[in-house]
Amino acid sequence: MTTTGTTSSGLPVEAVEAPVRRLYRSSEGRVLAGVAHGLAEHLGVEAVAVRIAFVVLAAAGGAGIAAYGLFWVLAPQSPFGADAPRDRGRDLTVLLALGSLAVGLLLLLYALGLGLNPGLAVPLVAVGIGVTILWRQADDDSRARWRQATGTSRLSGAARAAGGIALVVIGAGAILLGPADLDGTAGGVVAAVVVAAGLALVSGPWWVRMARDLTAERNARIREQERAEVAAHVHDSVLHTLTLIQRHVDDPREVTRLARSQERELRGWLYRPVRGGGASSSATNSSSLSLTLEQVAAEVEDAHGVAIEVVVVGDCPVDERLVAMRDAAREALVNAAKYAPGSAISLYAEVEPGQVTAFVRDRGPGFDPDAMPADRLGLRQSVVGRMARHGGSAVVRSVVGEGTEVQLEMPLDPRSQP
Amino acid sequence: MTDQPPTPTTPPRPPTQGTRATRVGPVRVVLVDDHRMFRTGVRAELGAAVEVVGEAEDAEQAVAVITATRPDVVLLDVHLPGGGGRAVLAALVGTLPDVLFLALSVSDAPEDVIAVIRGGARGYVTKSITGPELTTAVRRVADGDAVFSPRLAGFVLDAFAATTEVATVDEDLDRLSQREREVLRLIARGYTYKEVGKALFISVKTVETHVSAVLRKLQLSNRHELTRWANARRLV
Repeated sequence: MTTTGTTSSGLPVEAVEAPVRRLYRSSEGRVLAGVAHGLAEHLGVEAVAVRIAFVVLAAAGGAGIAAYGLFWVLAPQSPFGADAPRDRGRDLTVLLALGSLAVGLLLLLYALGLGLNPGLAVPLVAVGIGVTILWRQADDDSRARWRQATGTSRLSGAARAAGGIALVVIGAGAILLGPADLDGTAGGVVAAVVVAAGLALVSGPWWVRMARDLTAERNARIREQERAEVAAHVHDSVLHTLTLIQRHVDDPREVTRLARSQERELRGWLYRPVRGGGASSSATNSSSLSLTLEQVAAEVEDAHGVAIEVVVVGDCPVDERLVAMRDAAREALVNAAKYAPGSAISLYAEVEPGQVTAFVRDRGPGFDPDAMPADRLGLRQSVVGRMARHGGSAVVRSVVGEGTEVQLEMPLDPRSQP
Repeated sequence: MTDQPPTPTTPPRPPTQGTRATRVGPVRVVLVDDHRMFRTGVRAELGAAVEVVGEAEDAEQAVAVITATRPDVVLLDVHLPGGGGRAVLAALVGTLPDVLFLALSVSDAPEDVIAVIRGGARGYVTKSITGPELTTAVRRVADGDAVFSPRLAGFVLDAFAATTEVATVDEDLDRLSQREREVLRLIARGYTYKEVGKALFISVKTVETHVSAVLRKLQLSNRHELTRWANARRLV
């Protein structure tokens, strides 16, 4: 029932909009451009009568041809036949018609005694025909675009364009009239410059806009890329981790590990300055101390499901000694993760003039260092021993009930100092 | 441009003995965070020593709630709709000198940390902090002391590291004393204030005094190194 309502209410609206009568060139029953047919329709007379009038006028000094051309240029194509097929033959007739229009105009002017020097008139007519063809063949949209692009939609823009065209015409005229008016090549150059200036004046806004569009497009593309990168990251890694976490709800250690690993990755991605080479494991040996230690802590976090807070003050390149120190720190972290599960573990390293100091601290149960359990000998060998072999030192402090702290000291190689 | 030293708006606030002695009852706290789940969690975790008197979820609301309730301490998220924690600090630090701010954030980006401290916050802790630690931190701020996380201590050491090598005799604001350095190092190593005191054979109160002095330097120093350091490590 509602459908009938809408159709019946739709009709009167159309009826109100209809009666504005405009002169269109007809796309049906046309001989040349549909001017005569359109005019006849508009005036309510026979098309043949209009055509006869045009021919008679044309015979009288070419006025009919000029009038026809004028109508052609000014009257828009009938919108009802806008999508009529355009064949190549029609383009030819357009050229032909425009040629006849121009010749008619010239004849008219000549007959009125205002004849121009043919040397100037012929190229002017050629340029005029070219411009007119372009203008006629464009649809309204592209015309509006051109007008906007060249700034001719405003009065000032139109004045500027007119000035530019005048310069082009004057320059071109000077060139074509040749050395008779201007002496030698210098005059030719001046004329060429005038033409160029005119062209620049006409097309300037278009170039400016083009450049602006390019910049805007590039910016938009960069933004789009960033957005896509964020989306891809969130999708690939965060959603993936969340899925895994849901699958492992019964395993708190695995959940901690996954969450911590994702947090670390996201933090690195969000807050870390972009560094060359990234933090891949193959880059360990050549990268900085802070990166190396953060990576070691990340590996221990992943392997043991603990949280390690890493604070590094200062930075330096990693040499052989610091690789040993890194391995010792890793061992100390693994020990902390094993024997103080669930406690806060911190790794602090400071680069001082001449040496690097690092501390690995946990808040686990601790042990009595004097009665070091047999299974903690690994700590003694792989941490204390390794540091000593490379010229450093390590001290293990532990208090039962308060946790354990391993202190590592490694003098910097004086040769590798900057 | 925005890096003007906040000297005129943030007068140094030395720990006042009077406040410490006269405080009775729980610390009154306003929670400012745009995640309701997080506010609920913090409310549940804070012990009986803390009374939550208001909550806000953006900068504008925060200013209104804090002005209305005049809490002792504001737990302030760094990233907030409406200008972030910095906007809240900028609006209130000068006008409500009795309200103290403790920044609480998931971000440990240096520029965030330094920005809120320079804006007038009395401390910075990350959201991974445990409930009892947070309660202690709130009480400490309420007593006029500063709260440094290990990471903040590391940042400060890093930022001031270059300045020790500058041999010029400069005003105190621009350098850390040897003792302050030692205290910060221990905090960066994960020591509590109590443990720091024990390791250095000083009282907890002395530790607090040192940390407050460092906070003051961090807020008032306009050494170029500090800005340059923060810029060099800013996120891209």
